[in-house]
Amino acid sequence: MIKRSFFGFTAPRIQYLPIPGNTAGPAVLKQPESVTLLVPCPAGDVDDQLARKGGRVKTGQKIRLASAPGAYGIASLSGTLSSIDRFPGEEGREYTAVTITAAGEETLDDGFASGCEPTLDTATAFLGCLPGAPSFEAFTDPEKPIHTIIVSGMDADLLVMSAQYTLSFRLAEIQAGIAALKAITGVENVVLATAPDALHGFGEIGASVVGMDAAYPSGLPRLIVQKVIGEEIPNDKSFQDLGVSFFTAEAVASIGRAFADKQLPLEKTVTFIDKTGNRSLVSARIGTPIADILKQHNIRLEAKDRIILGGPMTGHSIFSAQYPVQPSTDAILLQDSEDISLTSDYPCINCGDCVRMCPARIQVNLLVRLLEAEFYEEAREAYDLDACLECGLCSYVCVSKIPIFQYIKLAKHELERMTMEEMATEETAIEETTDE
Amino acid sequence: MNSQKKLIVSHAPFLHNGGNISERNLNIIYAALPAVLLGGIFRFGIPAIGVVCLSVATAMLWELIMNRAMQRPVSIGDGSAALIGLLFAMLLPATAPWWLVITGTFVAIVVGKQIFGGIGGNAFSPVALSIAILMVSWKDFFDFNAMLVNYDPDFIMAYPLAELKNFGVSGIEKYSIVDFLVGRQSGGIGATFGIGLILGGAYLIIRGFIRWEISIAYLAGVFMTAQLFNLVDPTRYADPFFHIFTGYTLVGAFFLATEDSSSPVNFLPMLIYGAAGGLMTVLIRNIGAYIDGTVLAILVINLIHPLLDKIRPKAMGKVV
Repeated sequence: MIKRSFFGFTAPRIQYLPIPGNTAGPAVLKQPESVTLLVPCPAGDVDDQLARKGGRVKTGQKIRLASAPGAYGIASLSGTLSSIDRFPGEEGREYTAVTITAAGEETLDDGFASGCEPTLDTATAFLGCLPGAPSFEAFTDPEKPIHTIIVSGMDADLLVMSAQYTLSFRLAEIQAGIAALKAITGVENVVLATAPDALHGFGEIGASVVGMDAAYPSGLPRLIVQKVIGEEIPNDKSFQDLGVSFFTAEAVASIGRAFADKQLPLEKTVTFIDKTGNRSLVSARIGTPIADILKQHNIRLEAKDRIILGGPMTGHSIFSAQYPVQPSTDAILLQDSEDISLTSDYPCINCGDCVRMCPARIQVNLLVRLLEAEFYEEAREAYDLDACLECGLCSYVCVSKIPIFQYIKLAKHELERMTMEEMATEETAIEETTDE
Repeated sequence: MNSQKKLIVSHAPFLHNGGNISERNLNIIYAALPAVLLGGIFRFGIPAIGVVCLSVATAMLWELIMNRAMQRPVSIGDGSAALIGLLFAMLLPATAPWWLVITGTFVAIVVGKQIFGGIGGNAFSPVALSIAILMVSWKDFFDFNAMLVNYDPDFIMAYPLAELKNFGVSGIEKYSIVDFLVGRQSGGIGATFGIGLILGGAYLIIRGFIRWEISIAYLAGVFMTAQLFNLVDPTRYADPFFHIFTGYTLVGAFFLATEDSSSPVNFLPMLIYGAAGGLMTVLIRNIGAYIDGTVLAILVINLIHPLLDKIRPKAMGKVV
């Protein structure tokens, strides 16, 4: 837990920690005995013909679970499919967990190598599970053309250094990745966002460079996009509406390596932060259970500790050390039970700290009163719920320890659910009228 | 995927800056102590100790009784009730009778705070509300000249604001600002020692426990309004420094107007809020019926606070 400084005269600025100069490359984890892939596909949609329990897979082989374009995973281990199960993920997302148990010699699949051309079809078919989780969905909509690709060399959250490492040590791969991205998407305007002290040395990279502020939360995607396009993003517009597509540095480096090696890279660079705050880099295959990483670091987990995927401000805590490393897992943070600051149900005392911290200029003190009373629609219409960047700074400074960030996420979730329900009833109503 | 050991799962963020309500209230109590100890207890002796202790104790007791009666978690640990008790005592004369103190803390805690839903819910500063109600109900107990008649120190013991009201500017020529600053004046237990209050306020501002905009705007409001009156007729209206260092002005600026729940948090509203408070204070003193208008002025600005909250910056990317 970070203590408040003695002088509170100005609003505290929380700086991103730069990557230490003597950082060694990531420690490569030994091959896990089993991996679990979380495929974004509800268990009900799984097509038994496509993947069956007990089947054999090679390393790098695509495992498709349903006909939807994103419903696949890339095997990061050679072995047998030991289970295909429903997996309820964070924030109500539905995954299907595919577990592969290692068996026999490691063999490489050549499904990607055979059609290894930088085209949009290849990208959507194979690259969605690369480390860094690039998404090409935005490029398939002809109505909303993309004109700018933003590559972020900033880690969104505090303490994380995966993107900074990629930018410092894998520049050639990023360069190749940018070239591949241009070929895939036909977009020529590529912008690289980076920390202010790392502005130089990108002459050959094929992208213009923008320096971001060193204070949190400037590394959040929305703030990076805002800085690049030079204006505030209206709350009702997505990146795609603005013609912008966002990639992390690691995703771009992985794309570069995939086309250079003609083999899909499967190792995710993860920042591992132990209970004392020591940071190190780990290279783990996607799907590796977190328990394997803990074992490698000789860390014993005690009851009531906390494991967090992602950084301390925006990550999410998980309930089991068997949870796998995912393509988007940038960091693993451990907290000792004694260091955990719990939230409380104390009321807001209107001290205004959150209002001064909020980068989106939301009246958090008023908003939280509505959210506590579950007035979600009013919160959206009158108190700027949609402007929230989800940086977590309000909860970080709250003297009443109100879980403000959680209230905000819950409100957004509930509103989304309500909209979906409304659309569903409207559709049935339309169907009924057409039937008549 | 079942692990033997149960982990704690909760929502982000997983860090906290370590601030809490008890620390906040405790620091405000610390900041008020120099004025209470050196300005009040040192000057007025045992009766002042009695009033301060009774006030803090009964304020906490009323809080506890209300917690029990309303079946809410016990909240005296957050220091809010103790702070209200201390601030209330600071505004009383040292010879206030026991029943006045107990009634006052009842009004502050029960009427001023708990019936609004406890901490964070009160629309008015509980202390200002309580003093205002008591002042209207038992006017004589807030006549400092009568209440402190048995004290005979080596400085002028006539209450400066009463002298101003009764005799105009000619009545206050005998006072010096330095006396006000070092606590050589008549007044409430914690309201006489100017330097103590200013240092306490500065401490709170530097640590960020109160919002400097409110205090500064309030004092600026007092200064500007008093200066305007003084310019119009220097024989009838006192100079601005007199208004700043007498009566409840400094307590009001640093401890009452800055009460979290009843004050705005945005920059411009805080300035308007503070300046309006200063303006009202001097208006009541100069042309109103009351000797000291500070608590009434603070109740008025508490009242306009919800309106001021409508003035707010446009949120990032807000679609108009």
